[in-house]
Amino acid sequence: MAQAQEAQDVVLRLSGITKRFGALTANDAISFSLARGEVVALLGENGAGKTTLMNILFGHYTADAGTVEVFGQPLPPGLPGAALAAGVGMVHQHFTLSGNMTVLENILLGTAPLWRPGLGRAAARRRVEQLSRDFGLAVHPDARVATLSVGERQRVEILKALYRDARILILDEPTAVLTPQESDALFETLRKAVAQGLSVIFISHKLHEVMAASSRVLVLRHGRLVGEVPTAETDRHQLAALMVGAEITPPAPAEARPGATLLTLKNVSTPTRGNRTGLRGIDLELKAGQILGLAGVSGNGQGALADLLSGLETPSAGIMELAGTEVTTWTPRDALQARIGRIPEDRHKTGTIADFTLTENAVLERYAQPPVARRGWMDWSAARRAAEQIIESYDVRCPGPDTRIRLLSGGNMQKLILGRVLGAQPRIILANQPVRGLDIGAVTYVQERLIAARDAGAAVLLISEDLDEVLTLSDVVRVICEGRLSPEFPRGSKTPAELGQWMAGQGFSDAA
Amino acid sequence: MRLDPITTPSPARTVGLPALALGATVLVAMGLALIAGADPLATLGLIVKGAAGSKFALLETLNRATPLIFTGLAISVAFRAKLWNIGAEAQLYVGALVTVVIGTQLGLPGPLALPLMALGAVLAGALVLLGPVLLKTRLGVDEVVTTLLLNFIMALFISYLLEGPLKDPMGMGWPKSPALPRDARLPRIVEGLRLHWGFGLALISALGVWIMQTRTTLGYEIRATGLNPEAARFAGIPVGRVLVKTALISGGLAALAGFSEVAGLKGNLTADLSPGFGYTGIVVAMLALLHPLGVVVSALFVAGVFVGADSMSRAAGVPTYIADILLATALLFMVLAILLTKVRVVRG
Repeated sequence: MAQAQEAQDVVLRLSGITKRFGALTANDAISFSLARGEVVALLGENGAGKTTLMNILFGHYTADAGTVEVFGQPLPPGLPGAALAAGVGMVHQHFTLSGNMTVLENILLGTAPLWRPGLGRAAARRRVEQLSRDFGLAVHPDARVATLSVGERQRVEILKALYRDARILILDEPTAVLTPQESDALFETLRKAVAQGLSVIFISHKLHEVMAASSRVLVLRHGRLVGEVPTAETDRHQLAALMVGAEITPPAPAEARPGATLLTLKNVSTPTRGNRTGLRGIDLELKAGQILGLAGVSGNGQGALADLLSGLETPSAGIMELAGTEVTTWTPRDALQARIGRIPEDRHKTGTIADFTLTENAVLERYAQPPVARRGWMDWSAARRAAEQIIESYDVRCPGPDTRIRLLSGGNMQKLILGRVLGAQPRIILANQPVRGLDIGAVTYVQERLIAARDAGAAVLLISEDLDEVLTLSDVVRVICEGRLSPEFPRGSKTPAELGQWMAGQGFSDAA
Repeated sequence: MRLDPITTPSPARTVGLPALALGATVLVAMGLALIAGADPLATLGLIVKGAAGSKFALLETLNRATPLIFTGLAISVAFRAKLWNIGAEAQLYVGALVTVVIGTQLGLPGPLALPLMALGAVLAGALVLLGPVLLKTRLGVDEVVTTLLLNFIMALFISYLLEGPLKDPMGMGWPKSPALPRDARLPRIVEGLRLHWGFGLALISALGVWIMQTRTTLGYEIRATGLNPEAARFAGIPVGRVLVKTALISGGLAALAGFSEVAGLKGNLTADLSPGFGYTGIVVAMLALLHPLGVVVSALFVAGVFVGADSMSRAAGVPTYIADILLATALLFMVLAILLTKVRVVRG
């Protein structure tokens, strides 16, 4: 009888979905079903096949084998329109909104014929207002999207799907850009949606969110469905073990012994460039043997601070001192000369040159110095030795130093960058999102290396949007919001919720 | 339809596809001959014979290839850095102009004049490209537009000079410059054969560019800048300065084409010195996949097609335009073949 009941309620059924990209099997015979009024979390590391599976469901990819059924009807493959029409709505990680249009216009975009100006606008507005009340998605229909915060934009994306009568909502890493408070509001919305009979698939690799928001968890690993458990019957450790296929222990750094101040920023500002927030009069001290963790919602000035330390940006006001000496000329070369090791945020675009070999990438930051080059002539055998040494000591899995780096996985690419940076024995290390997109094994590895560098006397500035990571690694935490910095909070002195309030901008006004 | 990247292309692809492209080009040529009312196979034979069938034909091809090697190198150096120098034609003419001015106006003895002419040409060509590259690095002006338009400016400037200050008083009214004195001309490589040292200089330049690109820090900087300027800048490579250096080398190489044509072949400057060598250099460089030694091979191929088609046209009566069409199809097929070694087309 339970079987029959379940069959009644199934809104979505995936059977035997297989998708290959060349030699890589991204999805291997994946089958599962989604019931009415259910939040299913799809958990897995980066590259486990979550996004591929959702892209197949939504018609962006065609599966090599397997079928998708929505409300009992098979979905024709490869047609995003068909998925939309069948009532599947997807909220992508990167929003698909037009910044120069209003919320209402964005929601209507694609639903109404172009040449019906004004007609039906009033009715549409009433419907949008109704939906935002019903689901707790507060956003003004006439606000221009460019003026909205990231959290608000996500609400617009959800409204867009609801407006099109989506009965199944797919959210791809929805909390990656939200503060803890905003995430809680999102989960509240999801609960309301489910109460009204919608079904939700929630893609994530953050365990605590999965535990908080879902009723059932599906775990993907290397393209296979390796676990399917009701959330109530599992815990974070079990899920983590399923996800990686082994037990993992997060690094637990020993007590820091901070030394001399190596870098000082006094009332430093940098210009806002495009939609990248600049710094607004910040004071910062980086001390030897200490990890300073910078928490904050993305786009609040982290990029400007990272560029400043990298040598790409100079202060437009204020003073920057290296070991007590004021900095006058400041380029990436000067930063390297000052022994600042830089792990950039985007390893594909900034950290490496995709079509260069491992050897060429390994010497990128010292290609003009001995032993790699003398008087303008490259010594390729010396460069190769440098690459081989990094490959060896940092466990970079690759066919060899002559492989183009684009063929490496993100984790191995990051290990090469880590080797390049730490091999130069930096006094200051800028680690900007050092583990984003890496699998858990690589995450632990990178984090342990950073702690080891700290113990060897380096000053580390860790920038991360993942609060858990900041709290695990940092000896001192500061929060960045709209280009301003919070005071220093020693390890363990603030709860995630308290830091979340700082991330949302509370506390700054009294300080200012 | 979708394109899936191929990580390690099979030898069948890397060798087979370019060969297929060449075969397809030949087929198109035969089809064109058929339309023109000639025997396709015979036409093809005549082109090959006209390009390399005799000592005279071969030397003609080598002579024609010489300026193409220079402009091809100029383009390949610039394109490596993603500096889109479309102005090799202007740089060629300015090189020819300086060559003639130094050679005819200063009255220096030959052994002194020749190196000075070459050096002057290189500097002038470099200078012509310096403007556009500074506009690009300082103000973000698109160098495709500036370098392309400079071609027309330079062509009109040369016309003016040839009608005015540089006009040969003994030229019977023709718009041409005075001729270089005998001893200010590039000697023949082998006495009695119509092949001058410009060709030797071109080969040496190709070798030099290859060594520069693979063995020097400048070559590394140029490649890094071309492949990923953002990562290059982050790693401390002075991207703007690298682009300026690239431009100086590229402009100088293109100007050597003008020097070599005037000092090696023509002896004076006319407004029709170059039948588009600067533009054809783009084809040469692309066919060579920007490889400096490959430029030599592809310049020989392109020159052979032109010379062979000229001679075939006289014998078979098929218009010489066939050479232009042949090169265009060869380039298109080659670009497609190269693409297909990197990606495969998949349905869905």
